[in-house]
Amino acid sequence: MARMKFLCDADRCIECNACVTACKNEHEVPWGINRRRVVTLNDGKPGERSISMACMHCTDAPCAAVCPVNCFYTTADAVVLHSKDLCIGCGYCFYACPFGAPQYPKVGNFGSRGKMDKCTYCAGGPEADGSKEEYEKYGANRLAEGKLPLCAEMCSTKSLLAGDGEIIAQIYKERVMKRGYGSGAWGWKTAYRETIES
Amino acid sequence: MVSFARFVRAAVGACALLLLVVAAPAPVGAQQVNPTASSVKEQQLLQELNRIQGRVSIPDERSGVLEQPQGRQWREFHNVTLRWIGGIAIIGMLAVLVIFYLTRGMVRLESGRSGRTLVRFNIYERFVHWMTATCFIILAISGLNITFGRPLLLPLIGFENFSEWSLWAKYAHNYLSFPFTIGVVLILLMWIGGNIPNKVDVEWLKRGGGIVGHDHPPAYRFNAGQKAVYWIVVIGGGLVAASGYVLMFPFYTTGIEGMQMAQIVHSVVAVLFVAAMIAHIYIGTIGMEGAFEAMGTGEVDVNWAREHHSLWLDEQMARTGPNDGRPQPATAAAE
Repeated sequence: MARMKFLCDADRCIECNACVTACKNEHEVPWGINRRRVVTLNDGKPGERSISMACMHCTDAPCAAVCPVNCFYTTADAVVLHSKDLCIGCGYCFYACPFGAPQYPKVGNFGSRGKMDKCTYCAGGPEADGSKEEYEKYGANRLAEGKLPLCAEMCSTKSLLAGDGEIIAQIYKERVMKRGYGSGAWGWKTAYRETIES
Repeated sequence: MVSFARFVRAAVGACALLLLVVAAPAPVGAQQVNPTASSVKEQQLLQELNRIQGRVSIPDERSGVLEQPQGRQWREFHNVTLRWIGGIAIIGMLAVLVIFYLTRGMVRLESGRSGRTLVRFNIYERFVHWMTATCFIILAISGLNITFGRPLLLPLIGFENFSEWSLWAKYAHNYLSFPFTIGVVLILLMWIGGNIPNKVDVEWLKRGGGIVGHDHPPAYRFNAGQKAVYWIVVIGGGLVAASGYVLMFPFYTTGIEGMQMAQIVHSVVAVLFVAAMIAHIYIGTIGMEGAFEAMGTGEVDVNWAREHHSLWLDEQMARTGPNDGRPQPATAAAE
């Protein structure tokens, strides 16, 4: 089985936000929630870089570790998913997450935050693959159809890579070798405790 | 002339070609500039601030925080440190109380009951006490469930049942925080008069408070132990309430780091608070004869007051006399 990861080649990202839009549309993500976003660092200054970020599907995921009701699970492809039926909306995953991935439909309402929502790596949830219930709660399950996450597939500059960690790391290494530079795999050290030496 | 013009044209062309060849290496050199030399670097940004923040074009500005690895430290606190602190505080307190009860037993009324009573807590004081106490017990159980439920209760009742129970426990925890906070404020205001530490407390503590040994050091309305409970409730209650509201209203006052800090304060104070209240419940029920009546019926036996709050009894006697002239209970009159 593959070990699925995301890799954003920041030297290619042009902040077009196609990944953000593709994700919102594919999964019919509700208002106020963005499973993926593009953050621009040093905006307008020399050395500016944009990075597309969503749930990184961490190794030994902090969200899963702190969840009081143990609603997270890791698939055979190492994708970190959760059950909205079990989630109580306590907010702990959102304190623990290094990437700001978990979000709540009702942030600010003291009685309930609602069920947590985050990137599913286009792999749905615990319901039957491709079922109506799964689509309504988690969005499309592209992985079950043999497709990769739509954000990476839609990326206009192929900056965002999704797939098996070793394969996308190899693609990135080849790019760095060919063009002679690379600012590294953003978030990898935090998420996977490893990085791509280049 | 024509041939000369041709020669000039050829010479100019040759010069231009030569210039082009000489100038050509310059653009080749420019291509070797490394664009990442001046770019932002992840490890450098993390070392500077321990978080990376930028600009986003979506309306949710909070999502501009790209990375904040300190969630890992908070995770370590929540999953390991807090469970140790809570476990030691609560199980330790229970163990101490069980050992104490088995060796010392209930603190008896040494002079027996007089049958005459006097009012210790009026109906308003008892209402505030029990409102706060009821909220506290539900808040404590639902709070401990968040920290200890997953390892202890979830394996017993299964995922669905545990989630259902935890969801209701969370609602109770959020909504009951309001009457609890009001109770803490009222306790602060209504009993502060009797709870300022003074010299009598030093003497009381030196003589072991009548808990250790069989001494009965003098005390006003509240002895040093009760004053300690009062200040634990007021300060501890204030801290859990303030930190709790920070968590209940995310992003109103702080960002994620502030909420991690608030959760640490909230949970550490809460488990110590629970341990202290277990001791309070013990001494108010099976730990001391005649103590529960003070908060139950609101009236205590005069002999109980003489043994445990002699200076308070003197004050009350000087003001109204015992029993407020009420008839004595029939059972006591037979003695």
